[in-house]
Amino acid sequence: MITLATARRILAQLRNDHRTVALMVLVPSLIMILLYYVIDNGLVFAQWAPALLSIFPFLVMFLVTSIATLRERTSGTLERLMASPLRQLDLLLGYGLAFGAAAVLQVALALTVSLTWLGLDLRGDLWALVLVALLNSLLGTALGLFCSAFARSEFQAVQFMPLVMIPQLLLGGIIVPRDQMATVLEWISNVLPMSYALEAMKLAVMSGDLGSDFWRDIAVVAGSVLLALVLGAATLKRRTP
Amino acid sequence: MMSSAEPAIAVTGLRVVRGAREVLHGLSFEVPKGQITGLLGPSGCGKTTLIRSIVGVQVVAGGEVTVLGRPAGSAELRRLIGYSTQNPAIYRDLSVVENLRYFAAVLGAPKTDPARVLQEVGLEGHADQLGGTLSGGQLSRASLAVSLLGSPRLLVLDEPTVGLDPVLRKELWELFGGLAERGVTILISSHVMDEAARCQRLIMLREGDILADDSPEGLRARTGTADLEQAFLRLIEERQPA
Repeated sequence: MITLATARRILAQLRNDHRTVALMVLVPSLIMILLYYVIDNGLVFAQWAPALLSIFPFLVMFLVTSIATLRERTSGTLERLMASPLRQLDLLLGYGLAFGAAAVLQVALALTVSLTWLGLDLRGDLWALVLVALLNSLLGTALGLFCSAFARSEFQAVQFMPLVMIPQLLLGGIIVPRDQMATVLEWISNVLPMSYALEAMKLAVMSGDLGSDFWRDIAVVAGSVLLALVLGAATLKRRTP
Repeated sequence: MMSSAEPAIAVTGLRVVRGAREVLHGLSFEVPKGQITGLLGPSGCGKTTLIRSIVGVQVVAGGEVTVLGRPAGSAELRRLIGYSTQNPAIYRDLSVVENLRYFAAVLGAPKTDPARVLQEVGLEGHADQLGGTLSGGQLSRASLAVSLLGSPRLLVLDEPTVGLDPVLRKELWELFGGLAERGVTILISSHVMDEAARCQRLIMLREGDILADDSPEGLRARTGTADLEQAFLRLIEERQPA
């Protein structure tokens, strides 16, 4: 009940902020279009599209959640909630539900544009793609919430984005395949959730066969979401110094 | 004294350390039920820290705080205490009524509560205005309205009347008086001494120690002064080692 009320409240906050909604929903589609014309080759575009479809839900939700929860911490609303019957999980799941719904909208539009106008050939199943995108957005939400605990200002909070994002992209196998990296880097790559998210998205878009590799990737990303939620919950203390 | 047997708040030996500094040095006092108790003292004397300890959101170094018969911070207390922080804690990107509906849902308060508290703080005309577009005084009233949701048995208000014009302040004090008559215990912090006279009991705090814990009349009589500002100064002088 409180979880749903929280999700509704966060969606209402989004609704009152038209510009943020427009940026959230339109930017991924615009970048897909830009990428299509930059590459100017349908086959190469098909290789890059899954990466972008994975990155956007994660990136945008990470940013939005870390700023939104930082505001809760600094404005006193978090203190008010921590003095209320709300449980930490209500807040976390509320954010997850609200931003998960926003992510579905975001991916739906980017995907529609890609599949129609840009002629992307989806070999796998649509639900698999949406599942991966949703998990990525939840991962971004949970990590954003966790990271906001270490930021004192919005300036600091946005700086966590490159820190969390860029190493995961460099090591995620988009630029250099993971098995061609130096051994140490491959080990690091093996423990970063984005490596699995990128692979799962690639499988969902490009292969018609969702075998054990796909489900292992899903399990790893889902496990990472749970871990990040637990870490996020640990930063929401009823009592603060 | 019309205090019932059990106090609303009982504090013994409360010590709070923030950073390397001890902010509260072993405070002990009681707040009687169904009265307005004022927590007075200059800014930086530990009022907010004390209030946070009572609400159960402050890490405490030692001592005991019992609220409505339970240890401060207990889960059962979270529905019984209305808490208003010093900075208006409402969402700036939600309208006043959206804020109230959300916090009412969190507290499990009746659906009619948002309308009731809007009227109590006199914000009916601003229900659909976004928090971020309210004036300072309207913001603090909106924040106060949230703490009135769910008809709490204890109201803990940290400087709720800052930035309000005299007419509004008078109206809010009438509201507090009405609530106290219905048996609600109110602990209210202020650094404005003229508000102290409206309380039934005063706790004066200075540099983390209790300077006085008495009724306004008792304080005036003890210090032989007509107004409470003078009484406060007299008490500080008394404490100073000769």
